[in-house]
Amino acid sequence: MSNQAVAMPRKTRGPWAVAFAKLARDRAAMASLAVFLLIVLACLSAPLYAKWAGVDPFASTLDAVIQIDGADVPVMEQSTEGLGLGYTPLGPTWRLGNYFLGADSQGRDVMARMLYGGLSSLLISGAATIFTLIIGTAAGLIAGYFGGITDTVLSRLLDVLWAFPIYLLAISLSIVTIAQGIRIGPIDIESGSLWLPVIIIGIVYVPYVARPIRGQVLSLRHSEFVLAAINLGVPGWRILWRDILPNITTTLIVFVPLMMALNMLTESALSFLSIGVQPPAASWGTIIQDGQALLYTRPLVALVPGLAIAVSVMALNVFGDGLRDALDPRSKVRLGRD
Amino acid sequence: MIYAILRRFGQMLFVMFGISVIVFLIFFATPGADPAARIAGRNATAEVLEAVRHNFGFDRPLYVQYVKMMEKIFVTGDLTSFVNRGWKVVPAVMDSIPVTLSLVFGAAILWVVVSIIIGIVAAATRDSWLDKLLMALGLLGISMPVYWLGEVMNLITQSRYHDSWAFSWVPPLGYKNFSDDPKGWFLTLVIPWITLAILYIGIYGRVLRAAIIESLQEDFIRTARAKGLSETRILLRHALRTSLIAFVTLFGLDFGALVGGSALLTEVVFGLHGIGKLTYDALQNLDLPMIMATVMYASVFVVIANAVVDFVYILLDPRLRTS
Amino acid sequence: MILSVRDLKVSFRTNDGLVRAIDGVSFDLEESEILGVVGESGSGKTVSLLAVMGLITDPNASIEGSIRYKGRELVGLPARELRRLRGNEIAMIFQDPMTALTPVYTIGWQIAEQIRAHQNISKAKAMVRVEELLAEVNFPNPHEAMSRYPHQLSGGMRQRAVIAMALSCNPALLVADEPTTALDVTVQAGILDLVRKLRATHKSAVVFITHDMGVVSELADRVMVMYAGRVVERGSRMELFSDPRHPYTRALLGSIPPLTGEKPRRLPAIPGSPPSLLRLPQGCAFGPRCPVHYEPCVTDRPELGIGTHAAACFRVAQA
Repeated sequence: MSNQAVAMPRKTRGPWAVAFAKLARDRAAMASLAVFLLIVLACLSAPLYAKWAGVDPFASTLDAVIQIDGADVPVMEQSTEGLGLGYTPLGPTWRLGNYFLGADSQGRDVMARMLYGGLSSLLISGAATIFTLIIGTAAGLIAGYFGGITDTVLSRLLDVLWAFPIYLLAISLSIVTIAQGIRIGPIDIESGSLWLPVIIIGIVYVPYVARPIRGQVLSLRHSEFVLAAINLGVPGWRILWRDILPNITTTLIVFVPLMMALNMLTESALSFLSIGVQPPAASWGTIIQDGQALLYTRPLVALVPGLAIAVSVMALNVFGDGLRDALDPRSKVRLGRD
Repeated sequence: MIYAILRRFGQMLFVMFGISVIVFLIFFATPGADPAARIAGRNATAEVLEAVRHNFGFDRPLYVQYVKMMEKIFVTGDLTSFVNRGWKVVPAVMDSIPVTLSLVFGAAILWVVVSIIIGIVAAATRDSWLDKLLMALGLLGISMPVYWLGEVMNLITQSRYHDSWAFSWVPPLGYKNFSDDPKGWFLTLVIPWITLAILYIGIYGRVLRAAIIESLQEDFIRTARAKGLSETRILLRHALRTSLIAFVTLFGLDFGALVGGSALLTEVVFGLHGIGKLTYDALQNLDLPMIMATVMYASVFVVIANAVVDFVYILLDPRLRTS
Repeated sequence: MILSVRDLKVSFRTNDGLVRAIDGVSFDLEESEILGVVGESGSGKTVSLLAVMGLITDPNASIEGSIRYKGRELVGLPARELRRLRGNEIAMIFQDPMTALTPVYTIGWQIAEQIRAHQNISKAKAMVRVEELLAEVNFPNPHEAMSRYPHQLSGGMRQRAVIAMALSCNPALLVADEPTTALDVTVQAGILDLVRKLRATHKSAVVFITHDMGVVSELADRVMVMYAGRVVERGSRMELFSDPRHPYTRALLGSIPPLTGEKPRRLPAIPGSPPSLLRLPQGCAFGPRCPVHYEPCVTDRPELGIGTHAAACFRVAQA
């Protein structure tokens, strides 16, 4: 070591740098992040894949015929048993671009639908996470900071939402809005829009975020630096923005992967119950729903999307755990219930 | 003391009232969701719509409709379905309670026992390969969609391996009454119990492990070691005992929610006609009276579960008793 | 001889390298003798006694040297054997009575648990013994106190309960780790009286860990001063207080307010702070803070001499 280096003051790393160094050392978290990013990339390539394979994953193609090893193979095979009324879709060919995972009951390429479906699942859960974090943070900040009657009303409302079984609430909201969409003032969301599940899932998880944020804001509200700012006459919104929000950022970041995992499961459940993503659009949940009828003949149609959900959710959870340990080790944010 | 109980009771009523209002508003006052249009059908004329509206009382003020509905659910109990006219809603709910209770009770026993074992073993061997394996499996359980797991179970036990020695005992899907056929009741429920329990085993095993490890850092554990107690006793009587508080809270809330209809997905996949399935069918038909009845029933259970949690809390933690 | 510790070394593997928390500590303890162990936090006084108790559970720790209890070697003793001694022949009282008791059990239950861990007696008999013990540590209403939970008692009462628990099996050796630090001054005096009385009635030898020279001057027969994991001075109470040899001991004594005469405006503080165990200086660990250090202190480490009163300082050897 040179003398100059000794004379230099020790370079102090900021808390963020320390946290990210810690996260980078967490091999499980990094591997999970890689897996998740890979899934995201694959789903983003869905249009390219469909174009390359020359299939339309949204149109029913019962009479399509494909070529395998030079032989013509129909996508739907007429049943030869009994009355011969039923069809059995093509099983997996294990050839990329050529009905890799076989066809579904409408003769559509399951692989292409998987990628498109993943895209909707990821978009919905990601957008719902952002929605929940914004609304939940706003509610938590307002309730925790202003206290009094505002807090009482907001907290009681959150209590009631919290006591509600999540799935029942989500299903109720979906059923009501599925036929006609939502039309409140300037907001006009058509039925069948991907925004419907985003908003519904976003709303039902608001208490998950708002309650812990409220608690944190409440204790920050009585911390010395905030009391000092209030005494100096700094306006409330400025204190919220400059002093309180930065102090809850780590909690919010830790929420992102864990909320997204929860949202993915919820979205898939709603779609499975056919009240989430509407046909002809696909999500992993709707593909499982389609595959239910084929479960005993072509089980892959239902198995693969479930596996995709499990892998994505697990990757998000492992990464979320690592993120929490790195950023906010004493945090009480745990893997979600339901 | 009496004041505290009354206060708690008041809170319970408030939460139930809140839930009923929210559900009522969701179905009767969401812009664009016209219940009369649903009942009258797609191509109904304006006159028919008006008639339906009047007939079902949708033209009266909202609070009147709300009060009437609550009266019919809780006081007279003669609420009838909008879809199958004449079908009494309250008895239908009562009939499906045993199915849901059977499903949830069995699964709860399974998940509590297994997750306590997993939590203890993982905490005792923390950072070992066994701990890591158990926690990874727990995470897998949390990450799988429950309805998908149910389908996989069906695929294995009803179709692919049904004829093997391992699963030939599995009866076809459906529910059998305990009083008619106790053995059939048990056998039909085994696979649904396992399916439902797997998710919760994952959550509870992980939560308990974390709580035990946190307890093991406490000063009183060092005192217990200084007393010369065995590691097993320290783990079970001191660390586990103080960790159960978090565990019980979670259990009360989840149990209440499940009995209240959150087991819906499991019920749908396994063809069990419990509360969840009833709610789901009613939602599909937008059968508003049935939805109100099942959701109110759900909220009663959730609220009772919350109160029971508070009570057990006091039993478990003497620090709360004096106040 | 109850306890004989020879060249005890305790080190911890950490991310930043090996930390030697205890480096070559030796001391002896006679029957019913009170040894005061003094030092700032981080000086290794607690760690060395935890090592004696076999309570260092950190898997990254390694313990070398010899700890003989009544002639029996404790280092390397199987956990089961050690457990039989712990709580039975060697008992420990901890610093913070607020957190030292399991919150969900009554005082009586917790004391009886210890008795029944070591003696084969019925629950009822154990409870009778608990009541006697609580009376002995001056509980005003021992029978009622048995069914109390820790949170229902004051700090002083809890510490009495902890002491009663430690005494429940008539230990030959009692290790008290700053038992009065977390308590009010008035309560402190009562606890010190109790320790003195118990030494007389139970004939237990006591190792009393503290950072408070005042407490040592009231209680200890012999004193051991520790700094940065080593013993820097040892001697009888008389020797140490009338003739402190190590500059660190002198500095510690300087920080007690005099009981008589004019009160100084400010107590003299020891300049600087204890060194990090990761970056101990090559020579005397106290050197950088020492008012009288000179060249040898920088390069060589002074050894603790032999004899009943000894100090690890070149200035002493020189004198």
